[in-house]
Amino acid sequence: MSPDIHSGSASANVSAGAVPRLALRGITKAFPGTVANDDVSLALRAGEIHALLGENGAGKSTLVKIVYGLLQADSGDVLWEGRPVVIPSPAEARKLGIGMVFQHFSLFDSLTVAENVALGIGDKTPMRVLEDRIREVSERYGLPLDPRRPVHALSVGERQRVEIVRCLLQDPKLLIMDEPTSVLTPQEAEQLFTTLRALRDEGRTILYISHKLDEIRALCGRATILRAGKVVDACDPTEKTARELAQMMIGSDYATPAGAAEDRKTGEARLTVHNLNLAASGPFGTTLVDVDLEVRGGEILGIAGVAGNGQAELLSALSGELLVQDAGSVRLEGVPAGHLGPRQRRAMGLGFVPEERLGRGAVPDMSLAENALLSRGTGDDMVSRGMIRFSRAHGLAEKIIDAYNVVAGKGAHATAKSLSGGNLQKFIIGREIMRKPRILIAAHPTWGVDAGAAAAIHQALMDLRDEGTAVLIVSQDLDELFVLSDRIAVMYHGRLSQSRPAHEATVEQIGLLMGGVFDTSDAWEGDAHAS
Amino acid sequence: MRPSLELRSHTPRSILYLTPVIAALLTAFSGGVLFAALGYPPLEALYAFFIQPLTSLNGLAEIGVKATPLVLIGIGLSIGFRGNVWNIGAEGQLTLGAICGGAVALAFYDVEGVWLLPLMVIAGTLGGMAWGAIPALLKTRFNASEILVSLMLTYVATLFLSYLVHGPLMDPEGFNFPQSRLFHDSALLPTLIPFTRLHLGAAIALFIVVAGWFVMARTLIGFQVKVIGLTPAAGGYAGFSQKKVVWMAFLTSGGLAGMAGLFEVAGPIGQLSPSVSPGYGFTAIIVAFLGRLHPVGILLAGLLMALSYLGGEVVQIELGLPLAITGVFQGMLLFFLLGADLFTRYRLRWNRSPAAGTAAGAARPAEAREEAA
Repeated sequence: MSPDIHSGSASANVSAGAVPRLALRGITKAFPGTVANDDVSLALRAGEIHALLGENGAGKSTLVKIVYGLLQADSGDVLWEGRPVVIPSPAEARKLGIGMVFQHFSLFDSLTVAENVALGIGDKTPMRVLEDRIREVSERYGLPLDPRRPVHALSVGERQRVEIVRCLLQDPKLLIMDEPTSVLTPQEAEQLFTTLRALRDEGRTILYISHKLDEIRALCGRATILRAGKVVDACDPTEKTARELAQMMIGSDYATPAGAAEDRKTGEARLTVHNLNLAASGPFGTTLVDVDLEVRGGEILGIAGVAGNGQAELLSALSGELLVQDAGSVRLEGVPAGHLGPRQRRAMGLGFVPEERLGRGAVPDMSLAENALLSRGTGDDMVSRGMIRFSRAHGLAEKIIDAYNVVAGKGAHATAKSLSGGNLQKFIIGREIMRKPRILIAAHPTWGVDAGAAAAIHQALMDLRDEGTAVLIVSQDLDELFVLSDRIAVMYHGRLSQSRPAHEATVEQIGLLMGGVFDTSDAWEGDAHAS
Repeated sequence: MRPSLELRSHTPRSILYLTPVIAALLTAFSGGVLFAALGYPPLEALYAFFIQPLTSLNGLAEIGVKATPLVLIGIGLSIGFRGNVWNIGAEGQLTLGAICGGAVALAFYDVEGVWLLPLMVIAGTLGGMAWGAIPALLKTRFNASEILVSLMLTYVATLFLSYLVHGPLMDPEGFNFPQSRLFHDSALLPTLIPFTRLHLGAAIALFIVVAGWFVMARTLIGFQVKVIGLTPAAGGYAGFSQKKVVWMAFLTSGGLAGMAGLFEVAGPIGQLSPSVSPGYGFTAIIVAFLGRLHPVGILLAGLLMALSYLGGEVVQIELGLPLAITGVFQGMLLFFLLGADLFTRYRLRWNRSPAAGTAAGAARPAEAREEAA
């Protein structure tokens, strides 16, 4: 049962006329220092999947937060089915029929699916009835879910289903999806698209936010492109190539780095991990089980996987932020290093670019000169007899800024937090590369970075590889891994698959491995191990 | 209309140094209102509180005497506070310093020598360090809150002192008064200005100010403390040890508090008595924050707080107000400082509709996330 779903979809069909379901006119929203949305106008029709396309920082999230009542526009009008409306809060947005699935989920790990849904809806439906409704909606739209399971036992894809089902129970006419596939495997994403198409066919409107061009071309009937807060173009994405869309989004041509050569001469093994086991640090952490890997000088090993499958733990165990019992399970150039801290491992030639650039790779409130010191020790001539040589740190920061085209207002005096994500990432990568590491580990090196900076970072990593450094890259971005890697392995549930030359691997194989299909002949044609 | 706080995009540096002055002025103003409400002429009372102590050489020397422990302890605490290590028990470490250093003086009550005073300073400093080592150990081994442990140890320390002066260390010829023997001359700090109580400890405190600045601004240890305090994850990435910072902070602040305690008993007091400090260890927390955790600021804040002790004594004598007025002024100063600090980072905005206020509040974490992306 669930009569409101049926009646709701019926009414959705009725209103699928000429009046746009939602129209934005001249929306402007400024934050201190930036104009996030500048005179943005947009019309969404009933029964369409409409893409909102733009780079990080283009103003997509601000715009949908205004629609969902999380933010108020400074000026401009919002028209809902032809009537001007003010949306002061998400609760009001839901009353109008607007639902939103966020990129970062807002679920309580220790509660069940049904309890989470009940909290989100906030009415007093008995739990039994609610569970039935969840089952019905999830079956109807191909979103299998067990309402009684606790959320912490669910995969990321299943958690997203909880969010979607929670929205659908309120029978929305407009569903906003904020970068929904960023946490999904390719197969999970395909399943999501089927669901979204079914919703569209019922007359619902979907506003789909993404910067992934291929999926927008596969899914969306229209696209509005935002750049620096302004609408720069609107088009039918199915009629454009991915490259054309990228140019609309970025605004200028960007250089694609040259891909990996097929047969590369590699040197001796520089980073060897053998039978690495590490217990999860918290109830929601991941335990590493028998991880084996080897990176040789002059090659890039890419590790794919959906976030939360043990990558963070593996990276900490490799950097020395987490120590491991068996010192020999992590070797740097053959020397056991599992028991050594980050400073000792750095002294042995390890460089590390962490995932969180602000707050781990850099101290937000410190200057770039001080941040340059973070990965430097006595051996780098920055410190003598316990005293810091600030002039040298300053000189180093200036050198990094010059060499990697870091845009920083006040040069070496600029605070790390004053830099854009891409520029700070270039600074951190430059800082690590300038140490001339024997081994470099980079986590999500271009996550949230604009396309220009991403290309520069990719080039820097490949140059480093060509100079003979062993490079390990952990990323969720398969395109990035295929561009950079010589070999690719996949992490799932704390285990790492065997690696495979990148030019022999396909997206489908990687996708299966990301979904945990380690030990069937479908993936890696049987040579993947899951022990 | 409903007020809400909005994050400022940037804070001019000058304001950071201006707020302590604003807080001091607001305290003086509110103090005047308070005096008036109690039926005293406000201007006269404020004059007695803030100006009169500064009009005589003796008054100035007394400010130095009272500022010495505040500055010494404040410098030590500021190092820990920079590294997110919250030593709230400096009063207890001061007391242990007084006990250990004083016990050395009493052990050699019949021996004179130039070596005695340095030995007392070392004993007092080690005593404070030992008392600070307890919360450091519990924090690093069992992750016990250093705030609670150090605070509670204060009461243990003062009761221990009370036991000692009522028992083992009581002056045998003291008619059963709970006091120790008076220290003899070679166990007392030499005075800097004749006929005042300003003692050598004040000069040492000035030296510690310079040393504290040097450590925090120029050395790798100071850098590590700052990184760990600002962003622990970046400290972990760099390979700095959080445990080392906890130990360093407690040993430094405990040691300096112990030294300050010894200076009290070997300076103005001259013996062990049940109370060796009018709450210097707690007031030094205010001093550290009022001075923006910067050594020079702490020196100035220590002098201001010393004035509040002295002013409290003057209004007690001149106007018959209770001594608690000192605590009231110190509390107001901290209150106004924290209040003024809030507005350096946020601005007040009045919203027209009540719902918009809540929406803006709800949006803040989302905005922060977007900025991080």
